Amino acid sequence: MIRVQNLVKKYGDFTAVDDISFDVSQGEIFAFLGPNGAGKTTTIKMLTTLLKPTSGTVELDGLNPAVDHTEVRKRFGIVFQDPSLDDELTAYENLDLHCILYKVPRKVRKERIQRLLTLFELWDRRHDPVKEFSGGMKRRLEIARGLLHTPKILFLDEPTLGLDPQTRNHLWTHVQKLNQEENVTVFLTTHYMEEADRVAQRIAIIDHGKIVAQGTSPELKTNTSSETLEQAFLALTGSSIREESVGGVDRLRQMSKMWRGSRR
Amino acid sequence: MNAIYVLWIRQLKRYVRSRARIVGSLGQPLLFLVALGFGFGPVFQKAGQGNYIQFLAPGVIGMTILFSAVFSGIELIWDRQFGFLKETMVAPVPRIAIMIGRTCGGATVALAQGVIVILICYAAGFRSTNLASLPFALLFMALIALMFTAFGTAIASVLSDFQAFQLVMNFLIMPMFFLSGALFPLLGVPRALQIVAAVNPFAYGVDGMRAALIGGTAHFGAPLDLAVLSVITALLLALGSYLFSRIQL
Repeated sequence: MIRVQNLVKKYGDFTAVDDISFDVSQGEIFAFLGPNGAGKTTTIKMLTTLLKPTSGTVELDGLNPAVDHTEVRKRFGIVFQDPSLDDELTAYENLDLHCILYKVPRKVRKERIQRLLTLFELWDRRHDPVKEFSGGMKRRLEIARGLLHTPKILFLDEPTLGLDPQTRNHLWTHVQKLNQEENVTVFLTTHYMEEADRVAQRIAIIDHGKIVAQGTSPELKTNTSSETLEQAFLALTGSSIREESVGGVDRLRQMSKMWRGSRR
Repeated sequence: MNAIYVLWIRQLKRYVRSRARIVGSLGQPLLFLVALGFGFGPVFQKAGQGNYIQFLAPGVIGMTILFSAVFSGIELIWDRQFGFLKETMVAPVPRIAIMIGRTCGGATVALAQGVIVILICYAAGFRSTNLASLPFALLFMALIALMFTAFGTAIASVLSDFQAFQLVMNFLIMPMFFLSGALFPLLGVPRALQIVAAVNPFAYGVDGMRAALIGGTAHFGAPLDLAVLSVITALLLALGSYLFSRIQL
């Protein structure tokens, strides 16, 4: 369903994604794990038509995201890592707008919005503007929105960041249900290893833009002779904290953006 | 089609809900009308040019639309920073539809502001000499709104921060306004200034509105105004769509 070969993304001299290759088959739940700044989000952006790769090939359901934008966009849904709601609109309006953009039939629109808002306990606040919501509520709304239409592929970029265990549980139960009943392929990133362990059928670990290991959770544990996925992850990526490299990537991105912006 | 509609409605909702923006954006035209209109009125009269408020009102209405439209286009930077842009960019909708929806929404908001300012001008003593040509005035207003929303969108597609926006305002939009004949008659000004006005699209917008609202005093003439505005609007819409379609996040 997703096929990535020798994918590279460079920002100036900096290589954010460095020659990665992987396959995700249909109906699979695939976890993409890595420390901060490893290149997870950049990869997702290239898979979801938001960013053009420097080199390498990407295929989603046989289509190239860099060329067949609209066709590819019809096939996936995404929950972004950072906010993407319209703060001035109400919760209901945000979801309604999403339904219209994704051509969810009018008949099922209302019922689906109600079901998801209820599932994430936001139904009572549906007519409040999003700017009055707390961080956790916005996150929940964002997830609810991502699940409104049933895509072939669902991208979840650190969806559970800042959520309480109840909501995380709801989310993963729902995602697994979608996967089993609708055969939705799921591509997720998370920092919670036990989540990846629970839901993902296969895992790839990325660090410094390169994939350092791929396989099922038991395989990764055996190969690193670790007891838990977390230990395996640390064995593969080292235990140093990556704040600096994050800053570096962000700074470089910022610089390349500023340069683009001030070019006249 | 639905996507265009829903993005258009979104802009309108945002506008209606931010009362601060509505009130705030009316302060400037009011100030221009009172300070310049009443301040320079006597001088203008003595110079034999007639009632200055009559002359100034179309310019101030045009100014409101110009600033409001550019700002609406620039809201794109806002949406990019607050993330909403991503939501629309991954939707299975051609980018041209997104651009058209946004631009129509922004232009409608700018046009609404312009209509409010017409009413303010009426309160300040402005009277249209030919009410029958009000639809023509609205047509010119709509063209100014569309043209500069597209212009703002084009600029915002290549910029990613608000500091750069300040630069655009000070070096492009302000000169366009001040060197357009919105505040003074272009007849008899130095040749250099006339040339600058002749290549300034906003000058044609003001001229067209003036022709429609008070008649007889058009510098370029309404047909030329209409032709120039239509062509430039079409070009800017094309440019805006192209740059918008190339946005990477």
